[in-house]
Amino acid sequence: MKILVPVKRVVDYNVKVRVKSDASDVDLANVKMSMNPFDEIAVEEAVRLKEGGIATEVVVISAGVANCQETLRTAMAIGADRGILIQTDVELQPLAVAKLLKAVCEKEQPQIVLCGKQAIDDDANQTGQMLAGLMNWPQATFASKIVVAGQQATVTREIDGGLETIEVPLPAVLTADLRLNEPRYATLPNIMKAKKKPLETTNPAALGVDVTPRLKTVKVTEPPKRTAGIKVADAADLVMKLKTEAKVI
Amino acid sequence: MAILVIAEHDNTSIKAATLNTVTAATRIGGEIHLLLAGCACAAAAAAAARVAGVSKVLVADAAHYADQSPENLAALVVANASSYGHILAPATTSGKNFMPRVAALLDVAQISEISAVESADTFVRPIYAGNVVATIKSTDPIKVVTVRGTAFEAAGEDGSAAIESLSAGPDLGLSKLSGRELTKSERPELTAAKVIVSGGRGMGSGESFHKLLEPLADKLGAALGASRAAVDAGFVPNDYQVGQTGKIVAPQLYIAVGISGAIQHLAGMKDSKIIVAINKDAEAPIFQVADYGLVGDLFEVLPALLAELG
Repeated sequence: MKILVPVKRVVDYNVKVRVKSDASDVDLANVKMSMNPFDEIAVEEAVRLKEGGIATEVVVISAGVANCQETLRTAMAIGADRGILIQTDVELQPLAVAKLLKAVCEKEQPQIVLCGKQAIDDDANQTGQMLAGLMNWPQATFASKIVVAGQQATVTREIDGGLETIEVPLPAVLTADLRLNEPRYATLPNIMKAKKKPLETTNPAALGVDVTPRLKTVKVTEPPKRTAGIKVADAADLVMKLKTEAKVI
Repeated sequence: MAILVIAEHDNTSIKAATLNTVTAATRIGGEIHLLLAGCACAAAAAAAARVAGVSKVLVADAAHYADQSPENLAALVVANASSYGHILAPATTSGKNFMPRVAALLDVAQISEISAVESADTFVRPIYAGNVVATIKSTDPIKVVTVRGTAFEAAGEDGSAAIESLSAGPDLGLSKLSGRELTKSERPELTAAKVIVSGGRGMGSGESFHKLLEPLADKLGAALGASRAAVDAGFVPNDYQVGQTGKIVAPQLYIAVGISGAIQHLAGMKDSKIIVAINKDAEAPIFQVADYGLVGDLFEVLPALLAELG
């Protein structure tokens, strides 16, 4: 069974992003980039499925600028077998990425596409669901547990009221939530090994996909900042201020 | 063109987030229709018809909509989409699940989790865990939009829309629900609560989380929330989580206890009216957004706080 894992190169989750002075975009110059944390969880899960004898091959795929190669190498250091880079400098929006992934799915014929549930830059939470729709495959999003047996995946999903478990026939798109697993740290020997794993480069035109953005960013701004208030002396002081000053209790 | 809002419901009542989504639709302007797909959902349809501002409720009642699977729901929405300029749903785990599928099948972009409407084609949405706010213009003929509930008031429930039945689409049979473990609670829902008491890693254990925070929540009529650290540590279930990838809340009063204040947590609660932080670490980032900070050992502060509240 082949598993395809899309990975996105995003601003590292520890970086406090700033807006460019002309409000056109977020300033990404000299900012540390990393693999989207949810995608890292997806890679880890796919590698565990391979280690558990369920998957036979884990293929990672990234779309974007040439530097996305680094993200693919990171995924291969975790244990993915090979990488595919769809190289483009065009701003890629979720629908375009889903179409690119569809083109790759038609070629690679994976049984499972395992995505992160959302990217921490645009917070869109769309790509996996869109791919499932385009492929007419079932989807099991926000997974906190995945059990694959035969041609079926049983997935526990994190939903607003708690948890739900669904069964989906394969092929299917699954998306990883935070508590699916804790990704391993890549060891130095595995990082070295990853450098020698196959990495194929293609582009949207070769895949026959129009990636023209449908959404235009008019401006980006920083939200109004909350300022620190005051320190209260003790519980009595706090209750008094909440009652008489803030009037919220 | 009219606006189609997809109602979230449990077949007997509609979820509060639907009311906020209808308000977002009124900001766009145009006739508003509610689509409700369920099974034996007449009670929910009646509730939907009372939502102020809605002119028509379209009800698809069939066994294969009982669980509102994203595959069947998306197919139904797509089959009925052509006469609408906008399709809206709440940015809940349900809306986030089926709406991108709708967008892809219509070959249009989705605009996720809007916090304001600038015009019929331009919307405001937070990105980067709410550290940046983007204004986005859509060039697509149909705008598929999910709505952040806390950013819009709830619509009233004194309307009287017409109810029309809609023919059900086919059962795609792509997924099967085998069980739900929903957290049972007498407390208000997190996303609709006026007061929230939230605990973090500093609570130390699930036992002290419940023993110390529940009486306080009961006293204040509050919902209970948690940071990711508290959920990861197993103190409380996943649906307590407030933050970038958990629930987004904006109560009148948010009391953060033993929560350091990672940006991912702040993303979920910084629009609260009043924030109180109780933490023994005076340098914790949570104090930078708190209106009232109390530096101290929560195991001493909480009993004292409870005593003060009488």
